[in-house]
Amino acid sequence: MKKIIPIQNFKKYAVDKTIKVSEKSIEKTSKFSSFLVDTANVFLFLVRVFKNTFSKGFEFKEFTKHCFQIGNKSFALIAITGTIIGLVLTIQSRPVLVKFGALNMLPNMVAISLIREMGPVITALICAGKIGSSMGAELGSMRVTEQIDALEVSSANPIKYLIVPRVLASTFMIPLLSIFAISMGILGGWIGANIKGDLNFVLYISQAFGKVEFMDFIPAVIKTFFFGSVIGLVGCYKGFNAGRGTESVGIAANTAVVTASFLVILVDLIAVQITDLFL
Amino acid sequence: MEKTTSIKSVIDIQNLKIGFGNLQVLNDVSLQLFDQENLVILGKSGTGKSVLIKCIARLLKADKGTINVLGEEVNMLKAEELNNIRKKLGFLFQSGALYDSMTVKENLEFPLRRLKKDLSQSEIDAKVIEALANVGLENVLNKMPSELSGGMRKRISLARTIIVDPEIMLYDEPTTGLDPVTAEEISELINDIQKKYKTASIIITHDMECVRTVADRIIMLKEGIVYKEGTLSEFENSTDSYISSFFKTKKIS
Repeated sequence: MKKIIPIQNFKKYAVDKTIKVSEKSIEKTSKFSSFLVDTANVFLFLVRVFKNTFSKGFEFKEFTKHCFQIGNKSFALIAITGTIIGLVLTIQSRPVLVKFGALNMLPNMVAISLIREMGPVITALICAGKIGSSMGAELGSMRVTEQIDALEVSSANPIKYLIVPRVLASTFMIPLLSIFAISMGILGGWIGANIKGDLNFVLYISQAFGKVEFMDFIPAVIKTFFFGSVIGLVGCYKGFNAGRGTESVGIAANTAVVTASFLVILVDLIAVQITDLFL
Repeated sequence: MEKTTSIKSVIDIQNLKIGFGNLQVLNDVSLQLFDQENLVILGKSGTGKSVLIKCIARLLKADKGTINVLGEEVNMLKAEELNNIRKKLGFLFQSGALYDSMTVKENLEFPLRRLKKDLSQSEIDAKVIEALANVGLENVLNKMPSELSGGMRKRISLARTIIVDPEIMLYDEPTTGLDPVTAEEISELINDIQKKYKTASIIITHDMECVRTVADRIIMLKEGIVYKEGTLSEFENSTDSYISSFFKTKKIS
């Protein structure tokens, strides 16, 4: 039923309504403007990282330190996860392939799935959690405890010293970790194939790689470089731009993981579409 | 007894304004720091004291006004020129800001390697030992910051600041979070450093004992402007209720 406003109350009603509408539009405008500011900040950050990557004075010692940390931190987890993924993939696919009488395709199917999709994406998601959060928390805590300001006062360029080595280390290490995860997955597939059957390792490998082409590897490896840079950039951006309070460290770590994981999936979608155009 | 000050100004700030969003933190602040003097900046929390010294080191960029440090307008400097000015500034952060991932030795070596690139390793080692001796902590060379107490961290941070022989020292609440004995030691260290290195210093503090130990001149900020400027005795004898509230509170305690 429509609400009827008595004429004597109409002026007050109109004023209240106008105020409400104005408040809502101000709120929406400020949300939109803060979105624009955030977008501009991200863009400026990317420009600064890009410029500092190619300017002189590369921090090689920091780069190798972070490469070691990323590899060392994720090595065991990637090994275990890769093996389990290969194992599970084999066990899950076996009954379907038996139904179609295509059991001899199992090693090849596992290998192609791992090379083209599962290996790179699972590695990137694990690294988004492990490396993205650690970068977000570490840089966030450096921001809160004024260590980044102290670097600036010591004439060290924080982007060059803190961000560029981390982003590059992540960009170079994630492809290596992905290749390692794929290898472990294929090994896991062999273990899975031997749970209900008896398959010689050499035969398994020759069947696995029998139909794998060079062009199965290339797009998968290329996209892992993008995964690596996305994880590094997001982790560093969130940490570097953390607020001043201690709770902002947790927020930086948390949002780094969520954003990096989402962007990994998004980059994967784009990579698949691009690959599809050429293959 | 108050120390005498020479007239040459090393920092000259005119009509400084800075705000964050809708909040105007500093609103038309003008002040000068003279050579070899200890200038204390007092004021309630949130009056923009830390913001002021961060503007001097250009860790924050002022919205309006001029900040002249050793004859250079810091807001106009390019990166390389700014680094040259920062070589002459020592900044003691409120939290100490020691690099967590480095040992004490590496923390002290870091600014030397960045700012004095012509030094040999033996010269760097000698300077590290000398800086640690100045703060009375020669035996913590290979410890990590996490292994040190709050007072020790502040002292190491002070050593890291003076190791590059700055001409101007900026102290952001140097005694905050320390027990009275350690706070007194840090205040004495500030005086010792000023005498030994002939530095001019800006000290931001709420610790009135520290003010009494180090102040040559005091500036009080209130609501983003300079509320009063004067010597310690002028502040202690002031009848202004806002000023006397600072000094009375501490006398009682």
